[in-house]
Amino acid sequence: MDLNAYLVVGGLLFSLGVLGTLLRRNIIVMLISIELMLNGANLTLAAFSTFLEDMAGNVMVIFSLTVAAAEVAVGLAILVALSRVFPVVNIDQLDDLRG
Amino acid sequence: MTDNLAEVIAFWYLAFMAVTGGVGVLALRNPVHSALSLVYVIFHVAGLFVILGAGFLAVVQIIVYAGAIVVLFLFTLMMLDMRGIAHERFVHRQLWLAVPLAVLLAIEAVFVGVGTPEVREAFLGAFPPQTISDLGGSTQAIAAVLFSEYLLPFEVASVLLLVAAIGAIILARRFDRELEAMPEAAEAGESGEAAS
Repeated sequence: MDLNAYLVVGGLLFSLGVLGTLLRRNIIVMLISIELMLNGANLTLAAFSTFLEDMAGNVMVIFSLTVAAAEVAVGLAILVALSRVFPVVNIDQLDDLRG
Repeated sequence: MTDNLAEVIAFWYLAFMAVTGGVGVLALRNPVHSALSLVYVIFHVAGLFVILGAGFLAVVQIIVYAGAIVVLFLFTLMMLDMRGIAHERFVHRQLWLAVPLAVLLAIEAVFVGVGTPEVREAFLGAFPPQTISDLGGSTQAIAAVLFSEYLLPFEVASVLLLVAAIGAIILARRFDRELEAMPEAAEAGESGEAAS
């Protein structure tokens, strides 16, 4: 397969992640959609790494995985702390800072 | 890359299944089903990594994403009160704005992906397939780059993980003031904190 096919799949996964983040009301599903976006970006990085014959793309995927793990740990901890104060899981019920 | 038939079939199968799983993440009502659909995407993207010759990334992808991140999502789903979620609307009010924008983004991504020109010889890096197989595989090739050129970012990434772990513990723990207000939670909290 050529590079273009991998870029299209990565772009589609990223777009689905954006759609999920905008569309869903549940905060956890929004975080899952962000992981979907990261997966699309990882696929693009790995494809460029293989076709450009350069290992930097593979190393970037490893760093991206690290950042994703850190992001999920902190994001879910914020969600658990938030759920003690406001026991809701829908994003549009959390409008206490609205002016 | 060799463009044989088995590789083409495997690519289209994995690509189709990955995108289908991505649709499942945002179309399934139950958050647990969304998380499991993400596992589906992760395994098929790992298969695409294998076709790309990045076997190490495929294994790391499965261990870190399916093994750690999705399990973290499922643990949090168990801790939160999800009763009644099946009866509420799960799609946001801004549907009319979100769908056209995302479709536009998808068209743009496909357009850019299809229009990307062939890789030019001048841009090729230092790791052609022959060099990688001489080193012993993609794992050795990644190690050769990661532990020389990217050693400092690698160490910074470990500090990032440490900070994230400490931050998650600090954020998710109950504060002493709250524990005093709820004396029965104080004993339960001691054992419960360690698990979270």
